[in-house]
Amino acid sequence: MAIAKVCGIETEYGIQVRGAQSNPVAASSVLINAYVSGVLRKVGWDYEDEHPGNDARGFTYQEVFAPEVETHLINAVLTNGARYYVDHAHPEISTPECIDALEVVRFDRAAEEIVRTSMEAAGRLLGDGSEIVTYKNNSDGKGNSYGCHENYLVDRATPFGRIVSQVTPHFVTRQVFCGAGKVGSEFPNTTSAMVPYQLSQRADFFEEEVGLETTLKRPIVNTRDEPHCDAQKYRRLHVIVGDANMAEVSTYLKVGTTSIILAMIEDDALGGDLALANPVAAIRQISHDPSLTRTVLLRDGKRVTALELQWALLERAKKYERSHGLDCVVESVGQDVLARWETVLAGLERDRNSVATWVDWVAKERLVNAFAQRHDLRPGDAKLKAIDLQYHDLRAERCLARRVGLEVMISDDDVRSAMTEPPTTTRAYFRGKCLQKWPSEIVAANWDSLVFDIGRDPLRRVPMMEPLRGTAEHVARLLEECDTAAELLARLGS
Amino acid sequence: MAERTQKQKPVPARTEETVDEAPSSAPQGDKLKAELDDLLDEIDGVLETNAEDFVKSYVQKGGE
Repeated sequence: MAIAKVCGIETEYGIQVRGAQSNPVAASSVLINAYVSGVLRKVGWDYEDEHPGNDARGFTYQEVFAPEVETHLINAVLTNGARYYVDHAHPEISTPECIDALEVVRFDRAAEEIVRTSMEAAGRLLGDGSEIVTYKNNSDGKGNSYGCHENYLVDRATPFGRIVSQVTPHFVTRQVFCGAGKVGSEFPNTTSAMVPYQLSQRADFFEEEVGLETTLKRPIVNTRDEPHCDAQKYRRLHVIVGDANMAEVSTYLKVGTTSIILAMIEDDALGGDLALANPVAAIRQISHDPSLTRTVLLRDGKRVTALELQWALLERAKKYERSHGLDCVVESVGQDVLARWETVLAGLERDRNSVATWVDWVAKERLVNAFAQRHDLRPGDAKLKAIDLQYHDLRAERCLARRVGLEVMISDDDVRSAMTEPPTTTRAYFRGKCLQKWPSEIVAANWDSLVFDIGRDPLRRVPMMEPLRGTAEHVARLLEECDTAAELLARLGS
Repeated sequence: MAERTQKQKPVPARTEETVDEAPSSAPQGDKLKAELDDLLDEIDGVLETNAEDFVKSYVQKGGE
């Protein structure tokens, strides 16, 4: 049976400084510092177990990623179990490990609020009227893209080749319900007259079917093999093909459907007959066709629309639910994902306005088209691109996504608590609670360990190699009973 | 957080083969259109004042 689909999302935010000269790296540092210094004592990140050059296909590229570790940059672990850091020239938050798609939505929303709070704090810190503004999008419209990556725990025993070939049809077509929408195109030699609007922020940037890169020659399936847990038992599938979503239901469906598809692949219940003849061309063709009528070629010679391919995946997922259950994605969430998956496909097929509260690209398209019609604007007008960018502006008073009636799945109270409280159902609980209780004894943290300094040498490293150990059920009582970190370490060691 | 008070709009569930071709979507369509009109009225005060400058100055370094 498929293992629990522990999952999470890492989002790089676009950043802009208004009213002052500043480079994005410095601005990102100011932003994060403003939050961390106000809320949490900074705990250093421990890079010892980071190996971004490891390839799931079984080899290692030392030279590709060697200079990537920039230890002088800000890198903090938060009490909700998340990591908040500067990556390249962007502020980035990785959510803590979550047990299901709904938890991912909650912590992704919390991450947004953390960034929003950071902007306000940075404004006060700067004090010169300048402003740091962040955007939850994936492209600047000029050919520069930054990512929103998902991560899923998969069984090491599942052949990687099977994952690549069978997950690709989903990665190419799921954009019909989780694309964030984009005005124009950044694909070479494609004008806004040819593509006034497309489904995805990211589709223009994919050039390979499979590979290790994330910044150039981006692959649909990324092979980074850095499990951050017991590598004998698990993989972490690092998914770089998605858009950052403003619509909570889009995030929910993106993670929920992908978790189910991966479980099916693990149980060898999906089949390989939906393989596309040319996935790289198909992802762009589908994105460039908001009418959703264009067909793409399957390897077996059939032509299908993206919606038809999604219907086929859904039918198989429903069959899988009947034969295997959905325990591995949390049964109640899995059932809800299946129901919404069906509703969204039906809505897109019959009357896409009916899913404008769920799907970012539909919500944004309506806004862009209505605005263009009212003001008689042509494709390529800067005002339409401004609407696109401002849809993702995280300032409450400017954000257009907040104004289009998107369905809210997570209450404000639940978002607020997720800013400081970790999930209770993964090892993130242990990480977050230890940071709450013993911030000055923890000198470094990583996804799979905490390092304590309790005043005598040597430093003590607590490994956390099992993503589902260290939950509230396992350790809440222990953490409560221990008054000091030394006591905790003694109890853990015994 | 006050801005975040959007209404939840139910999306019609897909009920097997028994649904008429163009049933209840019309009234909801009108409602959505009215809301969109309100939003367009509001949007002039929210949009960046100089769209051209804003779009031009929004330049990011590639990430990931």
